[in-house]
This record gives sequence, structure tokens and C-alpha cells, in this order.
Amino acid sequence: MKAAKFDYVLAESIEQAVAALAAGNGDAIIIAGGQSLMPMLAMRLATPATVVDINNIAQLSGIEAIGGEVVIKACTRQATALASPLVQMRLPLLAKAISHVGHQQTRNRGTVGGSLSHADPASEIPLAALAMDARVSLRSVAGTREVALADFFLGPMMTARADNEILLKVHFPEEPDGPDGSRMGTAFHEVSERHGDFAVVAAAAQIQLDANGRCIKAALALGGVNGVPRRIPALEARLRGTRIDPDAVRAVLPEIADAITPGDDQHASAAYRRRVAGVLAERALLEAVAEAAP
Amino acid sequence: MSQREINLSINGKTYAAAVEPRLSLLDFLRDHAGLTGTHVGCEHGVCGACSILFDGVPIRSCLMLAVQADGHAITTVEGLCNEDGAPGPLQDAFQEAHGLQCGYCTPGMLISAQALLAGNSDPSIAEIKDAIGGNLCRCTGYVQIIEAIQLAASRLREAGQ
Repeated sequence: MKAAKFDYVLAESIEQAVAALAAGNGDAIIIAGGQSLMPMLAMRLATPATVVDINNIAQLSGIEAIGGEVVIKACTRQATALASPLVQMRLPLLAKAISHVGHQQTRNRGTVGGSLSHADPASEIPLAALAMDARVSLRSVAGTREVALADFFLGPMMTARADNEILLKVHFPEEPDGPDGSRMGTAFHEVSERHGDFAVVAAAAQIQLDANGRCIKAALALGGVNGVPRRIPALEARLRGTRIDPDAVRAVLPEIADAITPGDDQHASAAYRRRVAGVLAERALLEAVAEAAP
Repeated sequence: MSQREINLSINGKTYAAAVEPRLSLLDFLRDHAGLTGTHVGCEHGVCGACSILFDGVPIRSCLMLAVQADGHAITTVEGLCNEDGAPGPLQDAFQEAHGLQCGYCTPGMLISAQALLAGNSDPSIAEIKDAIGGNLCRCTGYVQIIEAIQLAASRLREAGQ
């Protein structure tokens, strides 16, 4: 339960960090909050030649509203994001999701970018960010690129981020209440063994209703039911343009069944996950609608 | 692997050492600084026995490298004592309310409670449960720990702190 030996690079700038990743040639790994990497090092599931520490890079910390989106820099602590008025007011779904993440000791170190990069299929921040149509900026020595979260998660703990890339920031489109009376509602629900544990199944919903209560935009994302967090586009499409009531939600829930492929593990059976996915989706959708209702 | 020089403050005292990068902050505290009050439980961030205050906020010392603590200020359970070395108010309350049996989780519980009471002098039971949610105890059933934290809170309020 002790980490294998590695070289340690304390990067003071983004340039130094990407240079160290490039020099590592696939065998260098970034440490941000360390809340997932440190256990992997201790259990020797990860035995990198080099660990690149990005905690001292000031440009990787902070939350700001820029041009219709809220940008959270990768090394921003989960506790900081949770306490941020900008996040609470403009990214309510993310705030609701982070309240389920770990405990005070882990949120004080764990980062928003680290959770996305680690890509545990049951973790909450990736799920909320996917429901919110977020994008990430990735940087290597070759330059910067942006990837939509819809294209980012490739499998359990696998993402589109290359070994030589660092996740710089997460861009969340703002969904303000419209001057026409449209309003956004959000909800996040999960089942876990204890509060703060990884979700067995989780559901994130973000619904925009017009002034007459008709659905303009609908997003439903489910976690713990695949190797990656999953949106349910067929269900979202059936909700758009309709007036969402409990019967309408129950009518579209069967769309979930074809979109998910849950597995059995020590926490829950696939059959249980299927059942709970429907229950949590219904709960989240109705709560989001209620919050958005004019 | 080359060692790195670190300087940090622990319970108000400065420590300087050369450490391997792979050394956890937890192992540094116990094996290098000789502060064995912080306990090694799971070593992968589940049990909370290794909790410390890092720049004033609670974290798990098994999930940090010692080199990452360079230049920072740490409080361990030893730092919760009164200046004369006698148990501090939280520690007294844990003893009186039977907030411990085997004592393994206790340093982590005390640190989580300290962080809670620093910002909330009259926590509800729900707030106490949330604060110690990241600390596992296999003896007490948690009830006496919650009572101990309530007792400490009431005494600190009476003392006007």
C-alpha cells in the first residue's frame, strides 16, 4: 500500500506541465487533487515514471463568467465550486451534483477537472457536465483544442484526453431565465450506499420551459448504467415541445431501457440498476419541471 | 529517486526534511515528524482516520504527497491539545461522552469536528453527521461521537469562544 518510486515535477506554469507530459512520453501522469490518483498509486494500479503536480499553477484555478458561459478552471477545488455564488446561481445543476461528491475532506482537495479526467462512470461531476452540454479545453505542446463532453467519455476511466494533454478548463453554457418568461429547472438524484459514496445509479435533469409551461429544452443524463455517463436523446426529443406532467414523463421512460447497458457488480445487479434508473429519472425530470414551472 | 527538501509548519512548529516524492504526507507526519496521533487506516481515502487540517481545512493526509505540503501549515490531532499539553475541549468532551472505544478513528473524528466547530458554534445533528460523514467508526455506532461534539459545542458556546 505504498506508491512505487516516481520522479516528481512541480510545474509552475501550464507550459512547464505540458512540457513535462511530452517528455514523459506516455509514462507521465498529472496529479491535481489526488483524490483518485493517490489510491491508484498506493495500490500500484498506477506506476507512472513521472508525476506532474499542477497544484501550484495559478492560471488553473478560478471560476469566471465569460461571454455567455461559466468557465471553471481545471484545478478548482470541488469545495470552492460548491461554495461559489456563480456556480450556485448560474450552474445550479452542477452545485446540486457536487453536494453528492465525497466528504468535506475530499472536496477540499478534489478538483472539478480531475473528476472529469478520471471519468469514473458513477461520478457526479461528469454526469452533470454532460447534461449541461459542457466542453473541455485540452492543451498539449502542439496546441489547444476543445472537446464536447458528449465526445469526451470513451469508457470507464477513459477519455478523449491524450496522455500528453492537460485539461485546462470546463466551459458551461449559461442557461439564464429568458426575457420571454422561459425558465430553467434542474434536479440531481442518486442512490448510493452512504451519502458521499459513488453513486450506484444517478440521474441529472435540466429542463427549460417557456412562459406557457411548454418544454423548450430537455436534458436527462444517467450515471452508473454504462461505462460512461449517458444522455437519453430519444427521451429528450419526445419531451421537447410538450407540456410535461407525470403521465407524460411515465410515457417516455421506456426510452431509457434501450439506451443503457448496466452491469452487475458487488453494489447492485443490472436488473436493480435498470429499475432504479427509471425511478430516479422520473423523480429528477418531475422535480426539474416543477422548479421551472411558471 | 532524488529526494526533495520540504519546509512546513505542523502545529505551529517548523519542520524541514528531505523526502522521497512518493512518501505520503501521512507517513511523513508519523515516521519523520514523529507525530503518531494521526492514524493509518485504509491508506486509500476511505476511512478518514488520517484526517488533518491543511491550511485550516480538513483533508486526508494519505491522499497527499509530503512534497505537496511544502510551504503549508498543518494541524494534527496533537495540535488540538491545550498549550500545557492537556486535552483540549473537544478531546475532553470525547472522553466524557464516551465518544471512542478502540480509538482508531478518533484523531480523524476530532479533526472533522474541529473544522465543523470552527465555523459553526451550534451545529445541528444533521450538520454533525455531514461533517463526520467521511470518517468511519466501527465501535461506537456514532451516537456517542455526535453527543461528544454537541457537548464540546455547548461548552465552547458557554465559554464564549
